Amino acid sequence: MTMIFGIPIQAFLGQLLVGLINGSFYALLSLGLAVIFGLLRVINFAHGAQYMLGAFVAFLGLKHLGIPYWAALVVAPLVVGAFGALIERTMLSRLYNLDPLYGLLFTFGLALTLEGTMRWYYGASGQPYSAPAALTGAIKLPFMVLPIYRAWVIVASLVVCLAVWALIEKTRLGATLRAATENPSLVQSFGINVPMLLTLTYALGAGLAALAGVLAAPIYQVSPLMGSNIIIVVFAVVVVGGMGSILGAIVTGYLLGVAEGLTKVFYPEASNIVIFVIMAIVLILRPAGLFGKEG
Amino acid sequence: MKSLYLTAAAAALLVTPAAAEMTDGKIKIGVLNDQSGVYSALGGTGSLEAAKMAAEEFGGKIGDAPIEVVGADHQNKADIGSNIARQWYDTEQVDTIFDLTTSSVALAVRAISDEKKKITMVTGGGTTELTGKACSPYGFHWAYDTHALAVSTGGALVKAGGDSWYFLTADYAFGYSLEENTTKTVEGAGGKVLGNVRFPIGATDYSAFLLQAQASGAKVVGLASAGMDTQNQIKQAAEFGITAGGQNLAGLLLMITDVHGLGLQAAQGLYLTESYYWDRNDASRAFAQKYKERTGAMPSMVQAATYSAARQYLKAIEAAGTDETEAVAAKLHEMPVQDAFAENGKVLANGRMVSDVYLFQVKKPEESKGEWDYYNLIATIPGEEAYMKAEDSGCALVK
Repeated sequence: MTMIFGIPIQAFLGQLLVGLINGSFYALLSLGLAVIFGLLRVINFAHGAQYMLGAFVAFLGLKHLGIPYWAALVVAPLVVGAFGALIERTMLSRLYNLDPLYGLLFTFGLALTLEGTMRWYYGASGQPYSAPAALTGAIKLPFMVLPIYRAWVIVASLVVCLAVWALIEKTRLGATLRAATENPSLVQSFGINVPMLLTLTYALGAGLAALAGVLAAPIYQVSPLMGSNIIIVVFAVVVVGGMGSILGAIVTGYLLGVAEGLTKVFYPEASNIVIFVIMAIVLILRPAGLFGKEG
Repeated sequence: MKSLYLTAAAAALLVTPAAAEMTDGKIKIGVLNDQSGVYSALGGTGSLEAAKMAAEEFGGKIGDAPIEVVGADHQNKADIGSNIARQWYDTEQVDTIFDLTTSSVALAVRAISDEKKKITMVTGGGTTELTGKACSPYGFHWAYDTHALAVSTGGALVKAGGDSWYFLTADYAFGYSLEENTTKTVEGAGGKVLGNVRFPIGATDYSAFLLQAQASGAKVVGLASAGMDTQNQIKQAAEFGITAGGQNLAGLLLMITDVHGLGLQAAQGLYLTESYYWDRNDASRAFAQKYKERTGAMPSMVQAATYSAARQYLKAIEAAGTDETEAVAAKLHEMPVQDAFAENGKVLANGRMVSDVYLFQVKKPEESKGEWDYYNLIATIPGEEAYMKAEDSGCALVK
């Protein structure tokens, strides 16, 4: 058997793929965070809670209204996005002129409230949610069994990440958005409704988190805690990628997913801290992050 | 017995009214466990509620001393648990600490309680060390331990042909203890262990570990973990075709709250060991029904055991006529346990409460007659066989 770093190449390739799958979630979640931070300068601690809400909307929709998985992929981001817009309009927007710390504290409080509420109603043990029939089963690759659902997650996340990146970096709407954050009063003088743009941006970020939540529901238990389990890692991804850098968030998401996957082979006990070790090293060598602009 | 009561009554008359026998005029039970994380469903606020139910059975007081039950969240961290325990003992007049889910926290709090001469009744933690190296004259262990789980689940599966094992082990005291005990059982029965992997608790994604288990070719993949960790492993094992590929999954600590979370579709066919199931006899059903009305869920074995331990503790105070630690601990050691949780339970010299444990198999969805109807009883393992003898436990108190 061919060996690589002392382990069979089959196992190595398998872990590489598993890392990519986890990276897909990191990329999708850190993308939303990066969009919100890059354009609104808000550190959105409620991102994990919005991810959790996405999974719950899918779960409750199926249980009470019979909304199938495919529809949930659209419905959940819309519902959570609308909720995000409401929060932004009524509360968060009042904090833009204050120190960024206030936004952080507000969203942190919001996350705790949402999690606490869901835990009150649904308890901490997870709720089951099944993958749609079309995506169950597995493909037998030469080096591993690949569940079809996981393959779907990689594809879906890649497509969404690229689409969002293109929307913000390549379209006129994206250009307006970026301009609006650089100099809101100037953009407003062109007759563009800047507060509305900012609301939509926050809703987009929240919707992306919800989409990741729906994608995660069939893999993990739908649980009030699922967001707080992942949010810290996602923050590390954004920091490594460079705060606010959208491309940085996507690439770093995948990279760190793979790094974590490989750690699980070589030294499993360290797998939940390897990302933070990398974060520390990057911060020492490149304080602005891998893709961030210095200063 | 009668003469004992007479003596107690006479003593009471001679000295002072009943309330004065309590060291600080009240009895205060602290329930310390995970109330927000991966183990909060199997213990959590449910355990707190169960302890309150026990207190209510005594009318909320013994003699004139009111019974108070308080709870706190140790977040599965030994340092946080230790701080709360010290604060409870030093400034809040807590007399005893219950539940102590998560063995690492249980061991830390046990040490503090020993130093302060306080009774601990562990129902949530599982390591045998609590009645072994770390045993204490004031420490009691209810519900289950890793030895009982290993003997029951491990023994049964090897007998059924599962003679090669691979472990997915939670990286802390409880996981090690469970893996070690099961390894002993498996090897003792002629099986062998092909390997193991240790994961940090709360890892959420287990695919990397499951792939390694799959590649090992072991007939049984033993899940030496608990709570949501185990739930996610079972769910993801199905995804990677572990059982479809002919390997068996053994949840070494799986409780009814986990099965409820997974749903029968995902959990069917699993073997597991519990020391309590709500639908076992009239007493267990009556308690479970009352518990469900208050909490909305059926009790896990940890929650039912917390009720049992609290009830026994209060009975011991009643019998001793004081809440003084030495006297209550002595009563706890000699009184039999007979309640909704245990029949003919008894406490060994090392603090282990021994009662029957049960090997269950999870029902298929079509076999289940309704919500919470989850288990088929496969075997009853008498307490004396399931638990280690006090002499073998390594406890220094046992000569």
